[in-house]
Amino acid sequence: MTQVIDRRLNGKNKSAVNRRRFIRRFRQQIREAVSDAISERSITDIDSGEKINIPARDIGEPTFRHGPGGEREAVYPGNTEYVAGDKIKRPPEGGGEGKGQAGNGGEGMDDFAFNLTREEFLEFFFDDLALPDLVKTQLATQVEFKQVRAGYSRAGIPANINVIRSLKGALSRRIALRTPHARQARALEEELERVRATGGADAPVRIAELEEEIRRLRARINVIPFIDTFDLRYNNRIRQPRPTTQAVMFCLMDVSGSMDEERKDIAKLFFILLYLFLTRTYERIEVVFIRHHTTAKEVDEEDFFHSRETGGTVVSSALELMYKVIGERYPSSLWNIYAAQASDGDNWNDDSPLCRNLLIEKIMPLLQYFAYVEIKPDEHQSLWREYQHVKARCANFAQQRIDALTDIYPVFRKLFKKKAAA
Amino acid sequence: MSRYLSEGSEWTFELIDRYAQEIGRIAGEFGLDTYPNQIEIISAEQMMDAYSSVGMPVGYHHWSYGKQFLNVEQRYRRGHMGLAYEIVINSNPCIAYLMEENTMAMQALVIAHAAYGHNSFFKGNYLFRTWTSADAIIDYLLFARNYVSECEQRHGEEAVELILDSCHALMNYGVDRYKRPSPLSAREELQRQRERADYLQSQVNDLWRTIPKKGAREEDRAQKRFPSEPQENLLYFIEKNAPLLEPWQRELVRIVRKIAQYFYPQRQTQVMNEGWATFWHYTLLNRLYDEGLVNEGFMLEILQTHTSVIHQPPYDSDHFGGINPYALGFAMMSDIRRLCEQPTDEDRRWFPDIAGADWLKTLDFAMRNFKDESFVAQYLSPRLMRELKLFAVLDDDRRRRLEITAIHNDPGYRHLRQTLAAQYNLGDREPNIQVYHVNREGDRSLTLRHLQHRRRPLDADTADEVLKHLVRLWGFTVRIETVEPDGRVVKTQECRVAQA
Repeated sequence: MTQVIDRRLNGKNKSAVNRRRFIRRFRQQIREAVSDAISERSITDIDSGEKINIPARDIGEPTFRHGPGGEREAVYPGNTEYVAGDKIKRPPEGGGEGKGQAGNGGEGMDDFAFNLTREEFLEFFFDDLALPDLVKTQLATQVEFKQVRAGYSRAGIPANINVIRSLKGALSRRIALRTPHARQARALEEELERVRATGGADAPVRIAELEEEIRRLRARINVIPFIDTFDLRYNNRIRQPRPTTQAVMFCLMDVSGSMDEERKDIAKLFFILLYLFLTRTYERIEVVFIRHHTTAKEVDEEDFFHSRETGGTVVSSALELMYKVIGERYPSSLWNIYAAQASDGDNWNDDSPLCRNLLIEKIMPLLQYFAYVEIKPDEHQSLWREYQHVKARCANFAQQRIDALTDIYPVFRKLFKKKAAA
Repeated sequence: MSRYLSEGSEWTFELIDRYAQEIGRIAGEFGLDTYPNQIEIISAEQMMDAYSSVGMPVGYHHWSYGKQFLNVEQRYRRGHMGLAYEIVINSNPCIAYLMEENTMAMQALVIAHAAYGHNSFFKGNYLFRTWTSADAIIDYLLFARNYVSECEQRHGEEAVELILDSCHALMNYGVDRYKRPSPLSAREELQRQRERADYLQSQVNDLWRTIPKKGAREEDRAQKRFPSEPQENLLYFIEKNAPLLEPWQRELVRIVRKIAQYFYPQRQTQVMNEGWATFWHYTLLNRLYDEGLVNEGFMLEILQTHTSVIHQPPYDSDHFGGINPYALGFAMMSDIRRLCEQPTDEDRRWFPDIAGADWLKTLDFAMRNFKDESFVAQYLSPRLMRELKLFAVLDDDRRRRLEITAIHNDPGYRHLRQTLAAQYNLGDREPNIQVYHVNREGDRSLTLRHLQHRRRPLDADTADEVLKHLVRLWGFTVRIETVEPDGRVVKTQECRVAQA
């Protein structure tokens, strides 16, 4: 009558297809939630999954149902105070809701919350940035490991059996197990020779005994197996992260009054992308935030994005500070140095040539890459023109004007290309 | 050696087998008639999967199940809810899932509850006997899934999804309430599906023939309503009559309709079904204890779970979430047994037929021949109303204050019982909506009627959304008229085809 079946080994991801469909269906809402999440996240925190909230009304499945109003009568348990005919105040929530429905009524308004995996999250993040597919996969892949040999182990799969090592083990085991018996047998054989030679009354009996004993010992030697599971040795391999080095990333941003929230958000995406790229290439990354108006200051991420200053703009102050920090903390022999600068293009005119010289003579030789973006500038000013000189002189310098999110990627094109070729 | 079946809390397959045997033996002694059982051990992840497919062991793919899954997963991860101990499927053999994390005592509880309680209910209750065929459901679901994925390949996922979305919105209006449906059978279904597609299309074409019939007088036809009688099964009406649907789309409508029909009895027998299963796990496991087959530790664990399952917080508690069907069902089932075994004078007045009768027979009769609504109307005793301290509240939007219409006392019993019974009447809970008229001569518009009960209006926002879905299926303007019992149309909502 009753049959018990163990289903635990059946696949457990039966719902994966439906889950994927849900995400496809509500792409738009999820994307909005993701971009909200990005603006709240720290740059160095971008590389993980995310809890997403989307408004429940957007994903509701409508059916015909009663609205508030009319007469409704309901039965409740737990009466302690009422008698028939009592009139009581309507509970505060909405007209038609009885006490009982209050709990249900509120539920519909809640947000629908769920978790996106890291891959899904990054996919949405990349969507807006118009990254080429190759780059997407590069960024989305985890740190790579390589398999290296690490001695031998007793457990493993048949393909990994190390024949020489196993046979060596078998041989020594055979020798070790055989020796005592062999030695005893040899002693008995000698005795047998002696008895045969000397003869005597009880010799035939003794000879039979000895022969029997010798046969028994030989048999024991013969049953020692040639190779035993105990002898098997497997090549042991362990995963080792690919040797990588460390990098430091400088984020430079103009925080003068003209950089509004929208520009800062774009700048943030720009920094995030560089950061993501670096996490794929280097194991250890430090991020240094330098903000500037007329003077530059090293700050933490919170201050970097969220505090506002007013006043003029002297870009060279930030470059000077960066040069100083490199000299003090990040010797270029030990660190790969990347810099990303975001600005709306404003600079004090006399300062721009200074920046050019500073970059060409002092900074660029130390750097792997310098990426400069001008976010929604009214028109290009002196800084842009001076930077064009830098670009002409240094191959590892990139600059780009950004009006939309899709303009961010070209700044990094060379970077990604280099990676792809490698 | 002790006689206990088990001592520790760990379960093994042998133990589950032995418990199933013993519980089955006792269930047999009580005369429970069940389908054969198929008990499946699954992991928590698999339980979440089973959960999100709303109890269908095989389901077609749709985003709404993904949504359900994400919801369950999220709540489970954050510890907002434990997973249900069991899911049981109305099929033959009856499939019950046990979760591997549970202790032996819990597994025994679930076996008694699902494999004997629910199982015998599925097999015995008239609604399940009439409306579902346990033998064929798994095959049919398989057919449905294959058909849906075939359609997806041929017509694209999006196109299929649109139709399914619209059907889901009308799922509750895709059931026959009074007519027995033809039994589901996957093989026939597959064989007949193609012929049916062609035949249906020809019927529809006939219906929409524009060439006037010879001799038919124009005004005659214009006045005659179509359908001649209002129809309550909206999905059925659409499947048969929607002018623009392709044959495969009609088949999808049919699939959703059939599945809705399969779940229809479950929605009407929640209190009874859970009450019956709870009553039996309680009774069966207590017998197991009386026979000395399980120890006190086992029983304590069972009782602790049992008490929390049947807990009913009062209306003013923060935990109150409506009447707990387990609590009400269990209380009523136990009360019927009490009525039979130890009737009071009051019980004799109220239940002259069953007071003092054989409790097993009485309970069996109740299980077989009622649904929640009629079950409450028939068996809710004054004593139980007093125990639960029930009271009825009338909320009339024309009056400023709520009124207590009845409480658990002599003048109140009948009214309370009637009101509570009505609360379980699906027709009362959901707006009553019927297909009223199709304008065949003119714009082909479809008119539905909402028969308003106690002036309770349709929720206009959701109705608007549902009308959009209806327009997608029907292909032309759809309107819904709200009608008072005296026949006055008090409100009309309309949705037109969006101009491309």
